[in-house]
Amino acid sequence: MATFQLELVSPEKLLLSRPVEMAVIPALEGEMGVLPGHSPMIVMLRGGVIQVTEGGQVTDRLFVGGGFAEITPERCTVLADEATPVAELSRAAAGARVTEAEAAYAEATSAPPEKRDAAMQRLLSARAMLQAAEAA
Amino acid sequence: MPSLKDLRGRINSVKSTRKITQAMKMVAAAKLRRAQSQAEQARPYAERMERMLASLGSAVAGSPDAPKLLVGTGADKVHLLVVVTADRGLAGPFNTNVGRFARSRIRALEAEGKTVKVLSVGRKGAAFLKREFPRHIVGEVTFMGKKRIGFEDASAVAARMTEMLEAGEFDVCSLVYNRFRSVITQIPTDQRLIPAPLPEATAEAASGPQALYEYEPAEEEILSTLLPRNLAIQVYRALLENNAGFYGSQMNAMDNATRNAGEMIKKLTLNYNRTRQANITKELIEIISGAEAV
Repeated sequence: MATFQLELVSPEKLLLSRPVEMAVIPALEGEMGVLPGHSPMIVMLRGGVIQVTEGGQVTDRLFVGGGFAEITPERCTVLADEATPVAELSRAAAGARVTEAEAAYAEATSAPPEKRDAAMQRLLSARAMLQAAEAA
Repeated sequence: MPSLKDLRGRINSVKSTRKITQAMKMVAAAKLRRAQSQAEQARPYAERMERMLASLGSAVAGSPDAPKLLVGTGADKVHLLVVVTADRGLAGPFNTNVGRFARSRIRALEAEGKTVKVLSVGRKGAAFLKREFPRHIVGEVTFMGKKRIGFEDASAVAARMTEMLEAGEFDVCSLVYNRFRSVITQIPTDQRLIPAPLPEATAEAASGPQALYEYEPAEEEILSTLLPRNLAIQVYRALLENNAGFYGSQMNAMDNATRNAGEMIKKLTLNYNRTRQANITKELIEIISGAEAV
């Protein structure tokens, strides 16, 4: 099957760069499957899991806490705020983050809308992390 | 003429100084390697961010409601200098170089009639600038006691800058730091952050294939998240380069110190032996002349 280059980078390092058959990325407006020859796009990501498919099977699952992706027909570059393989997520850490984000959100309910949105995003990202950790 | 005992004491003290500088050199070399690899690992993200920003920026830059982070406030009155230095000394001219560079920048800007504000990152630079421009400093950040500089630290600095911009506290922002050219050369540099300098090729890119990107959500929305992130990454890069440069400079300084200490020991030992021989000769003459007199 045809492949395209998937690159996953976080500010701290290059995590992944290899040809894959398909990647499912958590775009802001819904999960998005990327196959070779996808039309050029720049999308924002929410917290969620990137699924990498090679040889007809899911070979890698990585959690990203939000970020951006640039897609061209022969390449997909994901700029993640943070990225961890799902197997390395810890439920306790994720739980702690959810509690923290919930508190921040409760505090931000009276704040201006942009701040509230940011807190909301963080909360959703933390919940996605917990979910991923529990599923693993 | 110092006595033999004095000389022995001095030789010993220089020897222990040499041991310390030698150890510091080794530690700096090890840390330098780590700092360099950290800086290298951060590069791919910055490169790709730049590429994305170039295509987005060209799509939005022309519109009147382009975000402030991209085009600035339109004015050119208040300049914010973010001066990045190390938290510790003993690294040769490393911190002084940035300090001096910042000083001449501040003077030049003031001569043009601009207001200058300084945000200092790193303890040494804060100390230097506080002495010279106590009223310009609007804030300082240090990473004392931190083992490793993470992206969150850079984000915090960037968030502070964004807040200041939103509050209208400055119009133009640049970053002053030591660019890491090689282990022995670090060049104090002045990099403009706000308004964001778009790559030269933007005009072509807009008409090229890059303009064909689809955006989800709209460009403005992506930009409003991308720009603060970009600011953070620029700061992060500067912090890492500063860090690598600091260890490089410290390694050099300690290498020189070790060599100087070695020379000093050689000189003192020679001096010591001469004095010792002179003493023996003197005693011999005394004995001989005493024997002759009998």
